[in-house]
Amino acid sequence: MPWKLQSDRPIWVQLAEVLTQRIASGQYPAGIRIPSVRDLAADAGVNPNTMQRALTALEERGLVSAQRNTGRFVTEDEVLIAETRKTLAQEELSAFCEKMRQLGFDANELAQLLQTKGESK
Amino acid sequence: MNELVVCSGVGKIYDAVKALDGVNLQLPAGRIIGLLGPNGSGKTTLIKILTGLLCPTEGTVRIDGKEIGPETKALVSYLPDKMYYAGWMKTKDLMDLFADFYADFRRDRAEAMCQALGIGLNARIKNMSKGTKEKLQLILVMSRNAKLYLLDEPIAGVDPAAREFILRTILTNYSPESTVMISTHLIADVEPVLDEVIFLKEGRIVRYDSVDNIRSSEGKSVDEVFREIFRTIPMGGVWPC
Repeated sequence: MPWKLQSDRPIWVQLAEVLTQRIASGQYPAGIRIPSVRDLAADAGVNPNTMQRALTALEERGLVSAQRNTGRFVTEDEVLIAETRKTLAQEELSAFCEKMRQLGFDANELAQLLQTKGESK
Repeated sequence: MNELVVCSGVGKIYDAVKALDGVNLQLPAGRIIGLLGPNGSGKTTLIKILTGLLCPTEGTVRIDGKEIGPETKALVSYLPDKMYYAGWMKTKDLMDLFADFYADFRRDRAEAMCQALGIGLNARIKNMSKGTKEKLQLILVMSRNAKLYLLDEPIAGVDPAAREFILRTILTNYSPESTVMISTHLIADVEPVLDEVIFLKEGRIVRYDSVDNIRSSEGKSVDEVFREIFRTIPMGGVWPC
């Protein structure tokens, strides 16, 4: 998941989203140590304090935990990671459905569309 | 709370022109702060007062609790908006100069960064491109272990790749105990690295806030807010057709 920052929302919120996605997708697997604040900040080209704030938000949700002197680790709670993944999928799905509704598709049409798409793959 | 920089009622008058007017500021340590304003808004004047190059006409300035003087100059690392070194000097001459003047200069660090960028120690300043000169100067300034870094237009006039190098150099070299103040009008480029911004308009501070606060309260980037605050209507109130 690359860092892609938009101008209309706080930067830390967007950083937290990217980090959450990385955990949910398994790019940062359960129990593994994530890069330091400094390295993450330099990689994203953002202020270390902003990155810190994003990581604190993840800590509050239990997705990562800080351990004294050894860094930050992804949670080993596989259930929480699975739930997070599901929540992200639900959000994407809601946004997608809303867009399709605006294009005038009802639930049946949508289901059909998704099925054809799945079969063609 | 121990503030790193405290300005109270600072004003500066050049002949009849008020360049700064009643500036009150308290800057904490550990921040990267953008000093933003259009040309002539007083950015360079404020920075020069903090370095001790200019005396304020009124008001007081303290850095780390001390009045401006030799003690504060030892804490402040300053990148001027113009190159002021003689053209005959070589990279290593500049390093000698910095090592002589500043006890906190880390030569090994400066040399490592020059090497990474392919700036030779025997290269002469007059033979360097504009971008190389700016990079070299920033390397020297950021290689000091200072408490306050004052960078006056560090990214003006260099290409986007050099800009990125300069911003990354700032991000990776500053420590949590020090504060970096960057004056610029190229806001979109520096916005992601800033904690806070100060908007200067006609010598007054019109806003001092964190970037995240501005983004969440206004729903737009600092760059867009800046354009709104400083929009001027040309030709006596009529947009030209």
